Amino acid sequence: MQVREAAVMRNVFLFIRRYFNFLFFIALQVFCMYLIARYNKYHHAVASGYMNEITGGINKQYNRMDNFLQLNKSNDLLKKENERLRNQLLSNFKGADTINKIVTDSIPYDTLGNKRVWLYKAAKVVSNSVTAQNNYLVLSRGAAQQMNKDAGVVDPANGVVGIVTDVSENFAVVMSLLHKDSRISALLKNDPNGGGSIVWDGKEPNSLSFINVKKSAKAKRGDTVITSGITPTFPYGMLVGTIDQISPDKGTNNYIIKLKSAANFYNLQYVYAIDNLQKDEINRLLEKAKSKNQ
Amino acid sequence: MSILMKNILRFVLLILMQFYVFDKVHLHYMVTPYIYFLFIVWMPFQLNRTVQMLLAFLLGFVLDSFRHSPGFHAAACVFIAYIRPFLINILIPQEGADTNYDEPSVKSMGGFLPYMLYAGILTFIHHGWLFLLEAWHFGNFWYFIVKTLLSTIVSLLLIVITEMLFSRKQKFKTNTA
Repeated sequence: MQVREAAVMRNVFLFIRRYFNFLFFIALQVFCMYLIARYNKYHHAVASGYMNEITGGINKQYNRMDNFLQLNKSNDLLKKENERLRNQLLSNFKGADTINKIVTDSIPYDTLGNKRVWLYKAAKVVSNSVTAQNNYLVLSRGAAQQMNKDAGVVDPANGVVGIVTDVSENFAVVMSLLHKDSRISALLKNDPNGGGSIVWDGKEPNSLSFINVKKSAKAKRGDTVITSGITPTFPYGMLVGTIDQISPDKGTNNYIIKLKSAANFYNLQYVYAIDNLQKDEINRLLEKAKSKNQ
Repeated sequence: MSILMKNILRFVLLILMQFYVFDKVHLHYMVTPYIYFLFIVWMPFQLNRTVQMLLAFLLGFVLDSFRHSPGFHAAACVFIAYIRPFLINILIPQEGADTNYDEPSVKSMGGFLPYMLYAGILTFIHHGWLFLLEAWHFGNFWYFIVKTLLSTIVSLLLIVITEMLFSRKQKFKTNTA
């Protein structure tokens, strides 16, 4: 019996030795598939924090040079933003119409009395990609600088960029809108009934799909699409893009809409992460409601 | 410079060039120029096959860490590292050329055509496998085929230019030396 077992073992070893390279190849491929599947499921790199710090450090060095070359462009953007913010200063409004102005503004600053809901945090983009099927940005602001996971990210002109998915000590990784799993709730600015989701089909950067929009909604080429504000990630009214192509889908009751994105993903220098200060409270309430139903 | 030092330098430079130069080149959304896998194309003949695959995995993994796409490039790199010895066996002209030269080049492969065929097939397989893995997540088969072909052509062009810019002097090794 023992002799036979030994012979079998020997054959197994011979087999492994004979085909070692092939088996090793298969093993490595399987490991790669595991990495792909795992990462895409949880948005977490293996040893993500550690690798983030290393690649982020190199990115930062490169970005110092790149930043210098882009100074003119970022200057322009910041000037425009300053202009926009100055126009919103309270001192610009005088007399009786002050109240009117603020109330009719499309962006609610403080919905519950004077409690602050959204907190903007400026961050420098140190790395960005548009050509992959799943694109990410890296910001040089991490947990040590009060960056939080799941915060929405917009560019200086309030164009939606993505959502923070991973935070290490000094860096944050943002899942760009140009990502297979990116899904953001949005609606038509002119017709609030036209709500749907923003996804990316993985082809052209700066071109997004607006899906699940009912044919009953009034939509035409050139219309603006904004965030709906029904998820705790983005406030109401952040710009997503403008309608580029629109056609009715014959099979369903929906439109097929292509958007031109508001943010230019090719050239992102500074962005703002928007923290929802009430998110924890909302999530706790949801948890409570869920546990009650069970 | 020793072969080891040369390869370490190549590894680092190719990764940095790929991520900071070629990934920033936006020719068209169908075209992604890749050049970092030249490290695998240029690996020495005499290297153990297991080591070749391990190094290829490492190369892919490092680029993946930069691009936040774990697994994709590593899988493609391991694939071409596995295929490479078979290709060399078929394409190398005379018996013993792989022992007379250090690494694959126009000279050691016996001419421009065999070398381009070698680099071309590896490039195609790398791109094909990489985009197939990405397409497997997305669907859309035709898009993937066209993207593979266009990217292969552009990458191959870049490889030829690199080959011309950095001429690698290959010494003929003899047993008597």
